[in-house]
Amino acid sequence: MARKIDLVFSDLEPGLALKKALAMKPEALIDTIKESKLRGRGGAGFSTGMKWEAARRSAAGKEACFICNADEGEPGTFKDKRILELQTSKVIEGMVIGARAVGATRGFIYLRGEYNYLKPSILAKLAELEKLGLLGKAICGEKDFCFDLELRLGSGAYVCGEETALIESLESRRGEPRNKPPFPTDHGFLGMPTVVNNVETLAFIPHIVLHGGEWFQEFGTKASAGSKLFSVSGDCAKPGIYEFEYGITIRQLLREVEADADTKAVQIGGASGFCASADDFDKAIAFEGIPTGGSIIVFNQSRSMFKVLKNFVEFFQEESCGQCTPCREGCSRMLEGILKFEEGKGNSKTITDLLELAETMSLASKCGFGQSVPNSFRTIVSKFRDEILSA
Amino acid sequence: MNQLNVTVNGIAYRAEAGDTILELCRREGIHVPTLCDHPDLRTKGICRICVVEVKGYRTLQAACSTPLAEGMEIATSGDKVRRARKTIVELLLANHYTDCTVCPKNLSCELQSLANEYGLTELRWKERRERIIPRDLSSPVFVRDNNKCILCQRCIRACQDLQGVGALANLWKGDRTIIGSAFNRPISDIVCINCGQCVAHCPTGALHEKYSVEDVWKAVDEPGKVVAIQTAPAIRAALGEEFGLPPGTRVTGRMVTALKMMGFDYVFDTQFAADLTIMEEATELLTRLKGALVDKKHTHLPMTTSCSPGWIKFQEHFFPELLPHLSTCKSPQQMFGALLKTYWAERMKLSPEQIYSVSVMPCTAKKFEASRPEMGREGYADVDFALTTRELAAMIKQAGIDLTNLPDTPFDNPLGDSTGAATIFAATGGVMEAALRTAYEVVTGREVPFEHLDIKPLRGFEGVREAAVPFAGLKPEYSWLEGVTLKVLVAHGTANAKTVMQAVKAGTLDAHFIEIMTCPGGCLGGGGQPLPITPEKRVARARAIYEEDAALKLRKSHENPAVAKLYADFLGKPNSHKAHELLHTKYTPRGRY
Amino acid sequence: MLRESLLMKIDELSRAYGEERDAVLPVLQGLQREFGYLGPEVVNEVARKFELSQTEVFSVASFYHFLNTKRRGRFVIRICRTISCALKDKEKVQHALEAELGIKMGETTGDGKYTLDYANCMGMCDQGPSMMVNDDLFAGLTPSKAVDIVRGYR
Repeated sequence: MARKIDLVFSDLEPGLALKKALAMKPEALIDTIKESKLRGRGGAGFSTGMKWEAARRSAAGKEACFICNADEGEPGTFKDKRILELQTSKVIEGMVIGARAVGATRGFIYLRGEYNYLKPSILAKLAELEKLGLLGKAICGEKDFCFDLELRLGSGAYVCGEETALIESLESRRGEPRNKPPFPTDHGFLGMPTVVNNVETLAFIPHIVLHGGEWFQEFGTKASAGSKLFSVSGDCAKPGIYEFEYGITIRQLLREVEADADTKAVQIGGASGFCASADDFDKAIAFEGIPTGGSIIVFNQSRSMFKVLKNFVEFFQEESCGQCTPCREGCSRMLEGILKFEEGKGNSKTITDLLELAETMSLASKCGFGQSVPNSFRTIVSKFRDEILSA
Repeated sequence: MNQLNVTVNGIAYRAEAGDTILELCRREGIHVPTLCDHPDLRTKGICRICVVEVKGYRTLQAACSTPLAEGMEIATSGDKVRRARKTIVELLLANHYTDCTVCPKNLSCELQSLANEYGLTELRWKERRERIIPRDLSSPVFVRDNNKCILCQRCIRACQDLQGVGALANLWKGDRTIIGSAFNRPISDIVCINCGQCVAHCPTGALHEKYSVEDVWKAVDEPGKVVAIQTAPAIRAALGEEFGLPPGTRVTGRMVTALKMMGFDYVFDTQFAADLTIMEEATELLTRLKGALVDKKHTHLPMTTSCSPGWIKFQEHFFPELLPHLSTCKSPQQMFGALLKTYWAERMKLSPEQIYSVSVMPCTAKKFEASRPEMGREGYADVDFALTTRELAAMIKQAGIDLTNLPDTPFDNPLGDSTGAATIFAATGGVMEAALRTAYEVVTGREVPFEHLDIKPLRGFEGVREAAVPFAGLKPEYSWLEGVTLKVLVAHGTANAKTVMQAVKAGTLDAHFIEIMTCPGGCLGGGGQPLPITPEKRVARARAIYEEDAALKLRKSHENPAVAKLYADFLGKPNSHKAHELLHTKYTPRGRY
Repeated sequence: MLRESLLMKIDELSRAYGEERDAVLPVLQGLQREFGYLGPEVVNEVARKFELSQTEVFSVASFYHFLNTKRRGRFVIRICRTISCALKDKEKVQHALEAELGIKMGETTGDGKYTLDYANCMGMCDQGPSMMVNDDLFAGLTPSKAVDIVRGYR
């Protein structure tokens, strides 16, 4: 049984972790994060320690930038919002620690436009922490350690959650992802070595600094250290935010949120994630199992999986940035194909054609967006084929 | 530079660190299809047609944007790659208004070639069977047809990065994305300099010039009219490409023969007027230099050349306050047109109304230039129609003529003689070189001190090039130039022009005379030239131009006997009152906002 | 809008966000908040200030769902249409608002006050149907709650 953890929303005295971090050499600080095996909590799951290390290497002698990705937009995800409501200073402190580790002097919190209501409280917290000497100039009295953190807002584009699209948006361009390589750690905001970390990832940093890297591996799984926030919505009695160690099975989570015993399906990872049917409920939610950025959407027996699929594909067709052929044209044609079923004109050839389209999208799209559009399509079609064909 | 070892399709290669997969494949002759990639433009990696398989990666990698790494194992074909590429072409075609048989890009369209290459025999997606987006016909020189656009963004990059104008961009997003101008208004509503570099880089029929072909045929056939045509220097070294000849083949004489066969009454050479331009402009430069050095009055130096109409409009929009720096000389096309309907008309006892004045230019902006209100008088235009090189080729083919197998014919006179100095107008740096060959000799009585008259520092394709020519041993009437080193600058591509003019504005540029060509490479890379445009073609065309110049006996504009006769019989001397009336012009400050 | 007030606002915003190109988006956001939408004059003056072409500025503005390049209602109501809200009867909320305002999704009321539009997941997934009215976020909507909220914007 996976354990419930109460880490992200536990209060920490502001500055405690930062002071400890400042007493370490930046390389040792990075080693601690690497040792913890912390992986990005936004969905991509890249090793945070390695990202920081790569940025520090590129930044040698140059200006670097540290960015908090608060553009949470995956359908069914609302955990970063809660963290920013309740643990703002912890996130900011995580950024300052990160800035120290990589040598960044400039940073941004890129907050999705929909969360504009958080702007006053975040600005207030930034001002407060600066007054306490934990941000801005001469942090904690070290006159050479400065980190200038600015709040910037998005304007309603899901794709800006992709780190290079986010950087493009910060540069006041269209949120169109860049080619990788070069990675942001080499060439990011205005060409500077840049780290982009998710809100939740940053919330863990102060804890890891305080307790050490090994400690973080005491919960979770071997390949997925630590705990994860899950934002649960849909057909269950207790939707909301939960923190569990990685490795929790879908079944255990469903029990926790009091979903129906005969729950039909669970979408793990939002529209760009996987649809799990009852056969999958004993699988673990982890990077090595079914990964997720946190979104868990529960569907009971009354739900039409066709309608669910259509909703997801409409979402992608709306949110695609449009620059690359497989995603732009693919999302459009995928929706067109699905609507055929609604019109009674869809058949098994339609599905075959759409699956081939999905394959091209997943292999040839320029960025993670287009590459993961097919995930929900393929899983829903394979598990609920009857519903699609009879839609 | 670091060397890497990689394999492609099982064969080992050595490559430079920093190269992309595509660069290696191009070098080694391994075919990888591309659409959004173009050697002139920065890499976007958005069409995804160039995807290849790389061992160890789940997804396919775009060859154009993936740097090589030690030990990389690449496969440029194979089931996964083939299926992905086929689907991509299919997706592009399904959203493309396909009227190939009546499209100007029929048989030269890059999308069409790919459809053929991937053996598409059916499209699984609902096709665009009509023009659902109205075409933009507002520009005087080109047509935008978004129904054929594949969103490769080559036009955007050309306009933004090569030309520094930014008239076109992606509007909206997702499958609603189209390429257009602010508020999706007609392009004539915003700043566009008519350079046609967007047209030159477009792989499909989404962009093409406005055609004057039918108008010119009508003119040729009209009874009682005399049709005189002038051909620019750049045409003769590029026209052959439209007939399968290798880039850099000179077809001057054959071109004249073809034009005669097509029914043009007189085939003249714009190069005659180019020599004339040098006479007028060199004199103008010396006048300004005297004003600055002797009379010590405020003079507009550096002086900038004025033969490139895209550049003129660029300056009118971006640097209207610096317009006085422009030479007041018209372009060779327009000087020619003015003389055709005055000097020549008088000698031929024709009235201007009886003459159709046609030009063939490597340029789309010349269409706009010909229509400028100041380019004519008494209700007629000096140039009635300006054709692009591509349009001429189309007309030759329509007339059933095989250009490759024609004998040579010389240009008609008195507007057909020219020198090598005029030929090199086609290349970036050529106008400056021609001007120096004359100016230096005018003030010193000796030839420019460069071997064989080849001013090498002005040649090549660097965006901005400089040269300094010290004056010594001057003729008595030019003794005021003693000790002066003439500093000249050459730039091509209006993005480079912008940098240069910003320095002029800031007062940090130390030069007396600047040549600006709108198009990368100069006119030989113009918006109206045979497609596709590539750096190799520009090099080949430039080589042909300089070879033609080197082989000529007369290589200095002031040695052109027909030009000398023109002054003696008609104009008097350079910058005379009559010359000013016919051969000089004024500009229109337009601003950007 | 007076040109002077536009220029003053642009100056004020670029003092806050900078004079370099990366300030353009925050400046556009601020101008939208002030003037309601980013029309030709606004785009023109932003282009002039940052030495870009109008097309470049419009290209950026038109990418973002929350930036309006056309005049819309004074209050733009965006109803979430993503899955979790869809599961909780967002359709009923939508129909109620359409009926109340007399317009369909995508349209603006004749008096220029209200525009109805969609938005995608706003992160209120565990709280029932959600919507934004300009910058304000609401969740747990029922048809009557939604109507009351909208009418509160006068």
